[in-house]
Amino acid sequence: MRFYRSHVLVCGGTPCVLEGCTAVRDALIGELKRLGLDEEVRVVETGCLGPCDLGPVIVVYPEGTLYEKVKVSDVPRIVEEHLLKGRIVRSLTGEGRVLGIARYEEPQYLEVQERIVLRNCGIIDPSSIEEYIAADGYRALAKCLTEMEPSDVIEVVKESGLVGRGGAAFPTGLKWNFTAKADADEKFIICNADEGEPGTFKDRLILEGDPHSIIEAMAIAGYAVGANRGFVYIRGEYGLSIDRINEGIKQAKAMGLLGEDILGSGFSFDIEIRRGAGAYVCGEETALIESMEGGRGEPRVKPPYPSTHGFLGKPTVVNNVETLANIPPIILDGSDWFRGFGTSRCPGTKVFTMTGDINCKGLIEVPMGITLRKIIYEIGGGIPGGRKFKMAQTGGTSGGCLPAEMLDVPMDYFTLPEMGSALGSGALLIMDDSHCIVDIAESFMRFFASESCGKCVPCREGTARLHDIVKKLAEGNGTGEDIRLLEDLSHTMQRTALCGLGQSAPVPIMTMLKYFRDEFESHIKDRLCPTGTCRL
Amino acid sequence: MAVVTIDGQKVQVDAGTTILEAARKLSIDIPTLCHHPDLEVQAVCRVCVVEIEGEKLLQPACAYPVRDNMAVRTNTPDVRRARRVNLELILAHHPTDCLQCVRNQNCELQALAERLGMREVRFEHKLRGLRLDESTPSIVREPDKCIVCRRCVAMCRDVQAATVLWPVGRGQDTVVVPACERDLADVACALCGQCIHACPVGAIAERDDTEKVYRALADPTKHVVVQTAPATRVSIGEELGFPPGKIFTGKLVAALRRLGFDKVMDTDFTADLTIIEEGHELLKRIKEGGPLPLITSCSPGWIKFGEHFFPDLLDHVSTCKSPQQMFGALVKTYYAKKAGIDPKDIFSVSLMPCTAKKFEAERPEMASSGYQDVDVVLTSRELGRMMREAGIDFANLPNEEHDDPMGISTGAAAIFGATGGVMEAALRTVYEVATGLDLPSIDFHEVRGLEGIKEAEVMLGNMKVRVGIAHGLANSKRILEMVRDKEREYHFIEIMACPGGCVGGGGQPIPTNMEIRGIRGNALYEADRLLPLRKSHDNPAIKQLYEEFLMQPLGEVSHRLLHTHYTKRSKYPVSKDTCG
Repeated sequence: MRFYRSHVLVCGGTPCVLEGCTAVRDALIGELKRLGLDEEVRVVETGCLGPCDLGPVIVVYPEGTLYEKVKVSDVPRIVEEHLLKGRIVRSLTGEGRVLGIARYEEPQYLEVQERIVLRNCGIIDPSSIEEYIAADGYRALAKCLTEMEPSDVIEVVKESGLVGRGGAAFPTGLKWNFTAKADADEKFIICNADEGEPGTFKDRLILEGDPHSIIEAMAIAGYAVGANRGFVYIRGEYGLSIDRINEGIKQAKAMGLLGEDILGSGFSFDIEIRRGAGAYVCGEETALIESMEGGRGEPRVKPPYPSTHGFLGKPTVVNNVETLANIPPIILDGSDWFRGFGTSRCPGTKVFTMTGDINCKGLIEVPMGITLRKIIYEIGGGIPGGRKFKMAQTGGTSGGCLPAEMLDVPMDYFTLPEMGSALGSGALLIMDDSHCIVDIAESFMRFFASESCGKCVPCREGTARLHDIVKKLAEGNGTGEDIRLLEDLSHTMQRTALCGLGQSAPVPIMTMLKYFRDEFESHIKDRLCPTGTCRL
Repeated sequence: MAVVTIDGQKVQVDAGTTILEAARKLSIDIPTLCHHPDLEVQAVCRVCVVEIEGEKLLQPACAYPVRDNMAVRTNTPDVRRARRVNLELILAHHPTDCLQCVRNQNCELQALAERLGMREVRFEHKLRGLRLDESTPSIVREPDKCIVCRRCVAMCRDVQAATVLWPVGRGQDTVVVPACERDLADVACALCGQCIHACPVGAIAERDDTEKVYRALADPTKHVVVQTAPATRVSIGEELGFPPGKIFTGKLVAALRRLGFDKVMDTDFTADLTIIEEGHELLKRIKEGGPLPLITSCSPGWIKFGEHFFPDLLDHVSTCKSPQQMFGALVKTYYAKKAGIDPKDIFSVSLMPCTAKKFEAERPEMASSGYQDVDVVLTSRELGRMMREAGIDFANLPNEEHDDPMGISTGAAAIFGATGGVMEAALRTVYEVATGLDLPSIDFHEVRGLEGIKEAEVMLGNMKVRVGIAHGLANSKRILEMVRDKEREYHFIEIMACPGGCVGGGGQPIPTNMEIRGIRGNALYEADRLLPLRKSHDNPAIKQLYEEFLMQPLGEVSHRLLHTHYTKRSKYPVSKDTCG
């Protein structure tokens, strides 16, 4: 193994790729070679570093210097000044700029975060299994296979209090237990990587940044429940994630960490990829399974649940990417350690993707129960342009819209539903006071009307009607009767739709009517938008 | 076992029973719409939702299994509101021209709206403006009326194994259509019409040909002859308000005369004739070494299905025309000659339990007389409509006899309308023709009943003949795949496209479900039992037909008039355009 005096981490997450990080990486390598530094300084393309709107982002270690919005033309200066002469190029760091930080581990940014899921993201080279192993990778799988009975594994996961991070918050250990107890000749593990919630990109960045953590976790799940085959059902557009997972599977197989008789334990596990074709509803686990079987992406009637009647009718565990990424650390460090994070009701951390009117957009991981205020103002650097915070939509497009009064509500899977919202997938959309709530509602509802799979009446017809009515209100043609109809319809959809899509589509409307009713009413009574920004 | 409390009443039921079934045991009738007793649970209309203690969601009673100690409430304010909103959503997207609809007063959506007292729909009324599909002679689809309950999808896929109808599109644009949104005529549809029985509304119906018949009846130059299929006499009463299971042969004949038909003759007669021809074909194939098994050809839904899905087995299908088409060929030849009427002046109508018969009558090869042998096919439902319009007092009609020379029939022909009936009729004749002996017992109970696939063995002299019977196309597909894969060997197979046989045909009164199919079938067996003649070869009119006209079974005249050939068809949409 070669030692280097410096490492340059180039963020290889999709947002940075789009901003040109590949060219920056190539320029770095070329420049280092030109100056004969390539034996001393290593360039590593990592997964997402977090501050996605500052890309291309690079971090130079051991100093931990963060350079943001790096252009190819900046590269010679960084190499010559910093890497050759050891002088940080301050004008290219975040200092004095958007994020206001020069070092990656600055208190305002990384220190508020707790990185369990993202433990390796942005640190290791995701295309190297050796780097993953060096970061304790596959130790958890080895521990399970050599020291633990499957039931012990389930017990640890149960005791950790880990709940599903895809949005439904079902206890993971319990889910595994159902499948473990089901009697069948074949069982399956499915990693749900069909991340379709607008504004959510955490699963993609986890897969890009640390693919082996998912492979390892799936193998652990397989061992725990008695499954020998796993599938990663992944959004078709996630090209880089798909490449990284495929590469990871190949590497793990070559090392005997996947495939037949893993580590001589007698346990065999293999993983295949299934690409989704872009339907939002296929993130719902039964629709996902239906799609995997070659059917129309539509949810199935539950019960029975996938844990006993899943893929091909066999017991199947379906876990979200983020949920799985928690598994290896839980196995290694134990449930008590995990319970040390977050709240007692909801232990652990949550990965959020911050978008909208916030200074620092991107990927963060924070303890469960953190407040919106802390996220927005401490990590996210507040609202740009000094504007006022208006609302935060938590949990993606099907999440609730919370006003300023809710900034101090703890963000976890149990408190937010009490506020009429949801933690959901962890998407966090921040809006300042320049947005019209009715206009926003219209755009949300348009999304659901086009994504409803068309199976059950409340969703098939209801999503389109929600959109019709909100559109009418946005155009200034609404009446008080329309508000009552919206409420009746929302209530019916929430309680009678077949799956989570139809049940949660009205959530933004319900919370908007709860917290921003005045704004709807002035659109009706005065035909006036208080923000003065909408089409009215 | 589970003890469940529904609306305060306790009931003990098997674990796994749905809330809907448990409630029915307590005489609580939870309203449903997408639920059909014979089909896979859909649980999509969300009309049957109920409250379960401790659960946040309202659950569909049709799909939700009971648990021990579960407490359910079926009529709370929340339940009523949800039901009504869901029904409002459906109604706001469904045409309101109920008065002109083929299902007016026999529509499950209309009945539900009335039952829930819907007096207002708050959503703006809008229609999809979808194209009417009148591409086939059998079935008319009106997708604008479709409420996407998917019962037809389940019927077509699970019961009929054709999977012609399928949901396409998303959200409110979801429509149930043939593959690639083609017309029915362009896809592998058997035209069996079972989707009509699945449809709760008027989105799928038979093509209405009553006007053509009215025109012929009003035309003094036309000699209008009607034939009555075996399965129509047992169902026609239902069209006029009688419960299922009553046979009205005599009143049916009388009613048809009162509608103005010049001659009322009987498909049962040609059913007997089919047995003679097909029986001899079987014996000939056994003697000459095949191809075996011989497969019956009476059911035009099966024929079209076979042409699409089993083109490799078409040599096995009997070359005998169906009784309808044998009748059609004879009425414009044998009868025309006998009655001294120019066949061009004969207008031949058939009364059928079947929508596929309309397609069969229009096949180009069905013109052996030099004219289209059967001019118009009326389903039981269309005749019901004509009789109601004419104000026929069915209950008080006298019983009348069919007309000669094609009006006499046997019990063997009567049971043609039920699954296993053709087989039983054939066995009665084949046994006696082959052995020259009288049958020890005329009743072949093992071929009767609603089991999907039935089998029997019969000794013909020292030869053991294995027969198989399937009804419904999914069962038919199963038995034919067994034949194709040589898993099972038979000499003779009876296939009927519709579950229960013709009594459950796509042209039969609505509702038609498994229970009703069974009742109608049993009534046919009862009719057979009471008839003096119960074997086709005992039919004196058949004997006379052979003496005067056909000369011998499988003879030259038979070959020309009574036998046919089949067309290989694709199971994929016909046009070469790609889907999309």
